[in-house]
Amino acid sequence: MPSGSAVSAQAPRPRPWRDPRWRGLAAQALLVVVVGGLLFLAFTAARDNMRARGIPVDFGFWPQPSGFEVSQSLISYSAASSYGRAFTVGLLNTLLVAAIGIALASVIGFVIGLMRLSSNWLASRFAGAYVETLRNLPLLLQLLFWYNAVLKALPGPRQSLQAGPVYLNNRGLFAPEPLAGAGADAALIALAAGLSLAFVWVFVARGMQARTGRRPPVVLVALGLVAAPLLVAALMFGAPLHFQPAQLKGFNFVGGLRLTPEFVALVIGLSTYTASFIAEIVRAGVLAVPKGQREAAEALGLSHAQSLRLVIAPQAMRVIIPPLTSQYLNLTKNSSLAVFISFPDLVQVFMGTVLNQTGAAVPIVATTMAVYLVISLAVSFAMNAYNRRLARHGG
Amino acid sequence: MSDARLAELPPQARRGALGWARAHLFGGWASSLTTLCLVGLVVWLAPGLLRYLIIDAVWSAADGGACRAAGAGACWAFIGAKWPFFVYGPYPPELRWRVDLTMALGAALVAWNLWRGAPRKGLAALALLVAYPIAGFALLYGAPFLGLAIVPTAQWGGVFLSLLVAAVGIVFSLPLGVLLALGRRSKLPIVRMASVGFIEIVRGVPLITVLFMANVMLPLFVPEQWSPDRLLRPLVGVALFASAYMAEVVRAGLQAIPKGQIEGAQALGLSPWRMQRHVVLPQALALVIPNIVNTFIGLFKDTTLVAAVGALDFLRAIDVARLDPAWAGPTIATTGYVFAGLFYFVFCFAMSRYSLGVERRLARASAR
Repeated sequence: MPSGSAVSAQAPRPRPWRDPRWRGLAAQALLVVVVGGLLFLAFTAARDNMRARGIPVDFGFWPQPSGFEVSQSLISYSAASSYGRAFTVGLLNTLLVAAIGIALASVIGFVIGLMRLSSNWLASRFAGAYVETLRNLPLLLQLLFWYNAVLKALPGPRQSLQAGPVYLNNRGLFAPEPLAGAGADAALIALAAGLSLAFVWVFVARGMQARTGRRPPVVLVALGLVAAPLLVAALMFGAPLHFQPAQLKGFNFVGGLRLTPEFVALVIGLSTYTASFIAEIVRAGVLAVPKGQREAAEALGLSHAQSLRLVIAPQAMRVIIPPLTSQYLNLTKNSSLAVFISFPDLVQVFMGTVLNQTGAAVPIVATTMAVYLVISLAVSFAMNAYNRRLARHGG
Repeated sequence: MSDARLAELPPQARRGALGWARAHLFGGWASSLTTLCLVGLVVWLAPGLLRYLIIDAVWSAADGGACRAAGAGACWAFIGAKWPFFVYGPYPPELRWRVDLTMALGAALVAWNLWRGAPRKGLAALALLVAYPIAGFALLYGAPFLGLAIVPTAQWGGVFLSLLVAAVGIVFSLPLGVLLALGRRSKLPIVRMASVGFIEIVRGVPLITVLFMANVMLPLFVPEQWSPDRLLRPLVGVALFASAYMAEVVRAGLQAIPKGQIEGAQALGLSPWRMQRHVVLPQALALVIPNIVNTFIGLFKDTTLVAAVGALDFLRAIDVARLDPAWAGPTIATTGYVFAGLFYFVFCFAMSRYSLGVERRLARASAR
C-alpha cells in the first residue's frame, strides 16, 4: 500500500499534549502520584496514630495464650491455647460450615431447580415460591429467624423433640456418635480394596461395551464389589463402627454427637438461601440445552432417564458449573454472618474476640481478608482452568 | 341455570378442567405422588399458619401480657407499639417530621425518575443525584444556620437508616463502578492493574470484613482530629463494596458494545471521553439495567450487615425491640422477623419485577 505509507510518513507528529501515548503516560503518572501520595499520608497517619495509642502493629500476640473459650472446635482448644490456635479453630469452623453448607445447598438447589421445570403445575409453583421468597429476604434475617425464632424457641432438654435416637431441643441437636469399633482398620482396608476393584470393573466394562456393543451391568456389580469385602471384614473382625447414644442426664444430654444451635441455624440458613440461587442456575442450565437434543435422544430410543443422564445433563452442566462455583464462593463468604449468632467462625473468633482482646487491628484485619481472598482466588483460578479446558474441547 | 341446562352443556368444559388436572397434576405416578405430598403439606401447615398469623394473633394490647398467654399467636400489637422506633430509631420524636419530609421528597424524586415519558428527565436526575443528597443531609443531620437543630448520627436508626445506607450505596456505587469498569478496560497498564486489583480484592472478601476494616482502620488512616463519624465508616465500606460489584456489571455491558460503535465514534473525531459519554456508556448501561437493579437488590439486603459495626438499621431495631422486657415473650421473635421479612420482601420483590420488566422491554427493543 504505497499511498497509505506515504500519508502516514507525511502526517506531522502531534504535539505532546495531543499525543495519546504521552497523554496515557501523563495520566498514569498522575494516578501513581495521587494514589501513592494518599497511601503515604494514610500510612504515616496510621503509624503515628497507632504509636500514640499503643496499638500493636505486628504478630507478637500470635503465640500468647488467648484466655477465652470457644463453644465448638474441631481441634483441641482451651483458654490456655494461643491466639494462633484460636485462628486455626475459627478457620476450620468456617471451612466446616462451608463444606456442609455447599453439599446441602447443592442438593436442595438441584431438587428445587428441577422441580421448577417439572410438568407438574403444583411442583413448579412450589419451587417458584421457594425461590422468590428466599432470595428476596436478607440472609441475616433468615439466620436470625432460624436461630432466635426456631431453634432457641424449642423446648428444653427434658421436653426434647425426638425422632428415633435423635433429639432436638434448645441446647442443640443430639444424635448417636459413630465411634471406631474393633473392625475399623480391617473395614478401611476392605473399603480401599473394594473401591479399587470396582474402579477396575468400570474400566473393564467400558472396554467390553466398546468391543461388543453390549453394556454389562456396571452399577450393580460395582456396588457388590464394594459391599462384599466390607461384609467379610465385618464378619471376621467385628463391626467397624459402634454408636454411642446421647442420654438425658439431669438437665442436659451427655455422650453422643452434639450440634450446637448456632451451627444448625447457620447451616440451615446458608444452605436454604444459597439453594434458591442454585435452583435458578440449574433451571437456566437445563433450559439452555436446545430442545432438539432431547428430541434426538428420544428418536435414538433412549429412555427418559438415559437421555437426562447422557444427553441433557452433560450439556447443562457446562452452563451450570461456572455460576455454581461463584455461588459456592458466596456461601463461603456469607458464612461470616456467623458473627451475628455467635457461631465461632473465623470472623467471630479472630476479627471479633481476638481483635477486641489484642487491639492489633491491622494484622488481624489483613490476615482475615487474606484468608478469604486466597480461597476466592484459588477457586477462580481453578474455574478459569476448567473453562479453558471446556473451550479447548469444544462447547 | 337449571340442572337440565347444565346436563346439556358440552362435556368438553368439564373435560377441560379434568384434562388440565390430568396433564399438570397427575401425569404419571411420580407426578401424582408429588401433587399429593404438596397438597398434604399445605393442608397440614395452612390452618396452623392462618391461626397463628391472623385468628389467634393479638392485634391490640398495651404490653406483652396478652401475647404471653398460652395459645396466643403472632403479637401484632408489638409491631404497632414499636412502629415509631422501627421507622425512626432513637431520632428525637419532635424532629421526626424532618425524616418524613426527606423520605417523601426521595420517593417523589425516584418516581419522577422512573416514570417513563415524564417531563424534564435531565432535571429530575440532577435533582435526585445532586440537590437531594445535600437537602437530605441538611434535613436529617441539621443545619444550624437554617434553624435546624443538629441530630447526631448516633440517634439515627430504623427503616430510614436502612434506606439511607442503601441510597448512599446506590448513588456512589454507580459512578465509581463505571470508573472502575472503564479503568479495567483501559489500555494504560497501571490504571488497569489498579482497577483489577481493587475489584478482585473487594469481591474476594465478605462484606463484614470490609465493614470491620472501615470501622477499625479508617480512624487510624486519618489524623486524629478528623476521626470519621461512626455512621460514615460503614457507609464508606458499603459504597466501596458495592462499587466493585457494579464495576463487573458495567464491564459486561461495555463488552457487549460492538466494536463498530467505537470505530464509528473515532471516525467522527470524538475524543475518548466524549466517545464514552455519548456513544458507549449510554448503550452499555441500558443493556445492563436489569443486572444493575439486581445488584441494588443485593445491596439492599446487605444493608442489614451494618449492624455488625453498631449501626441501628431496621432489622437491628427489631432485634433490640424484641428484648424489651415489657414485650418479651415466646412469640415476639417470630412476629418481629415475619414483619421484617414482609418489609424486605416487598422492596426486593418490587425491584426484581421492575428489572424483569426492563429486561422484557429491552428484549423487545432489540428484536425490532
